[in-house]
Amino acid sequence: MKNRKTPMKEQSPESRRRNFEEVALGYTLEEAVAEAQRCLQCPTHPCVSGCPVGIDIPGFIRKLREGKLEESYRILKSYNNLPAVCGRVCPQEVQCESRCVVGKMKDSEPVAIGRLERFVADWAAENLEEEVKPLAGSKKEKVAVVGSGPAGLTAAADLAKMGYHVDVFEAFHKPGGVLVYGIPEFRLPKGIVEREVNYIRKLGVNFYLNTVVGKTVKVKELLSEYDAVFIGTGAGTPKFMGIPGTNLNGVYSANEFLTRVNLMKAYLFPEYDTPIRVGKKVAVIGAGNTAMDAARSALRLGAEKVYIVYRRTEREMPARREEYHHALEEGIEFLWLTLPIRYIGDANGNVEAVECVRMELKEADGSGRPRPVPIEGSNFILEVDMVIEAIGQGPNRVLLSEFPGLKLNEHGYIKADEDTGATSVKGVFAGGDIVTGAATVIKAMGAGKKAAQFIHSYLTGEWNPWQK
Amino acid sequence: MNEIVKKTKIAEDVFDFWVHSPSVSKEAGPGQFVVIRLHEKGERIPLTVADTRPEKGLFRMVVKVVGKTTHELSLKKEGDTILDVVGPLGNPSEIKNYGNVLLVGGGVGIATLYPIAKALKNVGNNITTVLGARTKDYLIMVDEFKKISDVLLVTDDGSAGMKGVVTDAMDKLFRERKFDICWAVGPTIMMKFCTLKAREFGVPIWVSLNPIMVDGTGMCGACRVTVSGQIKFACVDGPEFRGEEVDWDELLKRLAQYREQEKISYERFLRAAGESE
Ligand SMILES: Cc1cc2nc3c(=O)[nH]c(=O)nc-3n(C[C@H](O)[C@H](O)[C@H](O)COP(=O)(O)OP(=O)(O)OC[C@H]3O[C@@H](n4cnc5c(N)ncnc54)[C@H](O)[C@@H]3O)c2cc1C
Ligand SMILES: Cc1cc2nc3c(=O)[nH]c(=O)nc-3n(C[C@H](O)[C@H](O)[C@H](O)COP(=O)(O)OP(=O)(O)OC[C@H]3O[C@@H](n4cnc5c(N)ncnc54)[C@H](O)[C@@H]3O)c2cc1C
Ligand code: SF4
Ligand code: SF4
Ligand code: FES
Ligand SMILES: [Mg+2]
Repeated sequence: MKNRKTPMKEQSPESRRRNFEEVALGYTLEEAVAEAQRCLQCPTHPCVSGCPVGIDIPGFIRKLREGKLEESYRILKSYNNLPAVCGRVCPQEVQCESRCVVGKMKDSEPVAIGRLERFVADWAAENLEEEVKPLAGSKKEKVAVVGSGPAGLTAAADLAKMGYHVDVFEAFHKPGGVLVYGIPEFRLPKGIVEREVNYIRKLGVNFYLNTVVGKTVKVKELLSEYDAVFIGTGAGTPKFMGIPGTNLNGVYSANEFLTRVNLMKAYLFPEYDTPIRVGKKVAVIGAGNTAMDAARSALRLGAEKVYIVYRRTEREMPARREEYHHALEEGIEFLWLTLPIRYIGDANGNVEAVECVRMELKEADGSGRPRPVPIEGSNFILEVDMVIEAIGQGPNRVLLSEFPGLKLNEHGYIKADEDTGATSVKGVFAGGDIVTGAATVIKAMGAGKKAAQFIHSYLTGEWNPWQK
Repeated sequence: MNEIVKKTKIAEDVFDFWVHSPSVSKEAGPGQFVVIRLHEKGERIPLTVADTRPEKGLFRMVVKVVGKTTHELSLKKEGDTILDVVGPLGNPSEIKNYGNVLLVGGGVGIATLYPIAKALKNVGNNITTVLGARTKDYLIMVDEFKKISDVLLVTDDGSAGMKGVVTDAMDKLFRERKFDICWAVGPTIMMKFCTLKAREFGVPIWVSLNPIMVDGTGMCGACRVTVSGQIKFACVDGPEFRGEEVDWDELLKRLAQYREQEKISYERFLRAAGESE
């Protein structure tokens, strides 16, 4: 048995750094079967406990290697409404694959569960005529889902499958949440999200787009018209450094930059109307997944030089390894132990440089990571004509400010029971980033799934945590 | 949904639309706005809800043609629809009985001022309005304002009312009478000078900011402005702020950040429109 994952073809770094097409090209059937053979089908299958939605991983892999692709797909889909998405963007290395027995053996890589999941989902999209029955509406109870990110989509699909009437309200003109406005086309083609959303539509779920709950539809109305409400509004409020010059032209939040590029297709300007700056030298502040996406998008727009500026080191960087390596291959330069302290602008208010200071790591802080401390006198100037701050997000605010009685935690996120999603308001559940803060697609889906189950228990009268 | 049921040209380059959208017309208050997108390749732009007729599910927007998207919108006919309309967004104005209120409107900002004026009138304020424009041809909604307030017109060339700028009229009124509060809505540069004028006379002032927006729901930070030294998002914290607290020069610079692309976009559009005629 081979001890390495079957490699997946990718666009070469030279070609992909200037286009928005998908970087990773997927397995062929032969490659997928070869990879599936690496799975030991272990009876204890620890991989499953690493998946937030508990997919029967050995099960779908077994069907795949037996060539029963449709059955394999059915297994996946019974746990996960968005397998083509998760196969691409899950941080498998810290989830399912981190527990895989094969990966625990000396010099051996785990089974490429994510790649196999992607393969099966893509195969199904091309080869299966999905006969989806509209299941929603056989029960009389109505459920409102606020937000159509992975949490909301999952809750909606599961509730529809149970027969509830489900209405999804989404502020944007497209459903998908971060999947459409944040994660770039080259990592997650938007056609895939559309496909998955269409499937959920076919289940009978209604989507009300351009509808901001709290504004377009008042919370009171929602509470009186629906028997239960699921809130999955995400953590989309960008944070800013707030250092001098933060509001100079050319300083973006990653959210603005990525929304313009992904949702509004500014990379196709002027064919599409939404404008974007094309920086020659770009500094991206932060080193999470959002920073990688922003940096690699800036490069694809035509930047000559893209820096990632991070106050800690490679070791503390929160981004996925895979994306970090992709970024390195594409020529993005990493400035570790560097903190921007001021943006410098020209007479018209355009950013033209960042003043930075070098850092050193001292003993651990509250988060358990070494604490970066500025080195006095180490200031230097980095010339750039565009900056993208990717230093984290806070809870989306529109709904929260219009929802009396909904209890929040000390960070401003919704207080919801971890196991059930129940909030302080009767019949109202919440899940995903709006509860946990920025996390992952599959965790948001897991929360949506759980909430759907407990909404069902609540609506059938089996369970009522609000009863005094 | 989003059908244009009525369209009127009310001044040079200014169009008055009534659009069908029951939810916007039902929920919108004075000072709030919508974000629209015309078609799949379109950008999202904010426009103020200038009036509503909830019983008919209609809301009004008054649009000045300044670039590609507003031009494209101005070519829409009655019966056409707008692909996306989302709203009402932003916070409603702080309407209460202040006593004597001075309202100052410039250009298409006059339309934004109109629902504010009506609401202030309804709660018993005594309202005086200064409406300004370059020339008589650009003045809008004068008769509508006359129904609810004392109106003073100002034009750059004196073709209607006083010759001068709106701050000249403010100066005159502030010297004559006491005002408890004022509102200024119009081009950013006008609001800046109105603020300076109000400050000179110690009258508190509200302004409605119009920074560049994308989502309009607090998720991008494009619309950020500095107010009292803090970063605020105009779409969710505003759009109205106290003028005295706004960093005007920063806002003016931010408004110009896409000038180059806007020019490319508009010229490309005009060329294509020219070819098809
Ligand atoms: C750039 C970027 C890259 C990422 N990359 C990865 C990755 O590779 N892998 C991974 O697992 N995770 C990744 N994440 C994190 C992941 O995308 C999120 O954890 C996940 O999307 C959260 O899902 P959600 O459903 O809670 O919320 P979101 O996806 O944020 O969706 C919330 C939706 O609610 C809508 N909404 C908000 N308020 C209202 C309202 N009042 N009324 C109606 N609608 C409303 C919003 O418009 C939005 O569409 C990334 C995040 C970002 C920003
Ligand atoms: C809260 C708010 C309410 C508004 N209400 C009205 C209104 O009732 N009537 C009206 O005519 N105009 C209104 N505007 C301004 C209107 O949004 C812009 O004139 C319009 O976006 C210009 O688009 P364009 O493509 O035609 O012109 P462009 O050539 O693209 O832009 C011309 C100028 O308009 C501004 N602008 C461009 N894009 C945006 C954007 N996405 N958001 C905001 N400003 C932008 C910039 O300063 C730019 O230089 C409002 C703006 C805001 C923020
Ligand atoms: S959904 Fe994500 S965590 Fe679960 S098996 Fe698939 S790739 Fe692994
Ligand atoms: S732990 Fe690894 S080898 Fe075992 S069943 Fe799961 S994927 Fe297969
Ligand atoms: S327009 Fe995006 S935050 Fe205000
Ligand atoms: Mg424009």
